[in-house]
Amino acid sequence: MEDEVIKKFLYVNRKAPYGTIYALESLEVVLIGAAFDQDVSLAFIDDGVYQLKKDQKTSVDSGAGMKNFSKTYLALGDYDVNKIYVDKASLDERGLTADDLMELVYEDEDDDYKEKSSISIVNQEEIAQLMEQQDVVLSF
Amino acid sequence: MKFGILVNEGPYQHQSSDSAYQFTKAALEKGHEIFRVFFYHDGVNNASRLMVPPQDDRNIVNRWTELGKKYNLDLVVCIAAAQRRGMLDENEAKRQGKDASNIAEGFHISGLGQLIEAGIKSERLVVFGD
Repeated sequence: MEDEVIKKFLYVNRKAPYGTIYALESLEVVLIGAAFDQDVSLAFIDDGVYQLKKDQKTSVDSGAGMKNFSKTYLALGDYDVNKIYVDKASLDERGLTADDLMELVYEDEDDDYKEKSSISIVNQEEIAQLMEQQDVVLSF
Repeated sequence: MKFGILVNEGPYQHQSSDSAYQFTKAALEKGHEIFRVFFYHDGVNNASRLMVPPQDDRNIVNRWTELGKKYNLDLVVCIAAAQRRGMLDENEAKRQGKDASNIAEGFHISGLGQLIEAGIKSERLVVFGD
């Protein structure tokens, strides 16, 4: 029975994608964690909202000269990671809107595999409630 | 209470490396159980047996090794984070064709699945990071 325990995991992403390695290594945990069939959510707050920004340019010519890993977020839906919460206040503070973010989608197997958005834009109260509901909160 | 511990920051650089140790030690002394200590991000550097701090300062790696020995702790260093930072055990050094290894006694290298398992099996996973 113990192996069938399903816990609620929340990954809180707070840092910009290329300034430090936190974002990349957080994503590595999410991908490995997906194999454990737990109940996974991701929250993006503070500079973490930049991780989901469209059109990231990271080559030496136009950016930091690091590998662009942003396309990996697009694959999260295929890993059944489809509850992605973005803090509206963090977007607002940075002059961003939902339209600036990549379109992360998943196929809803309970609804004829219809493609649906994985992203919910939420306020800070909702983020707090989300955290309250979790068994495990990993903050990166 | 059964705790899992995640150490995300490097030794001497960041207090969370010290706090993780102090918390783990205090919890054990109070009779709690530590399911696993997982070292990730720059936290993997806590496991370097080659660190040589000044004599009058704490020795962070020895401290973990001793605590590990005393309480039979599972001290796990993330392999992906370790490799890109040049942290290798003997097997990995051999496999990667490197001329040295630097993982201290009592630690072992393993995958991120060990962190997820710590989240599942512990009653609380406590994250020490920036």
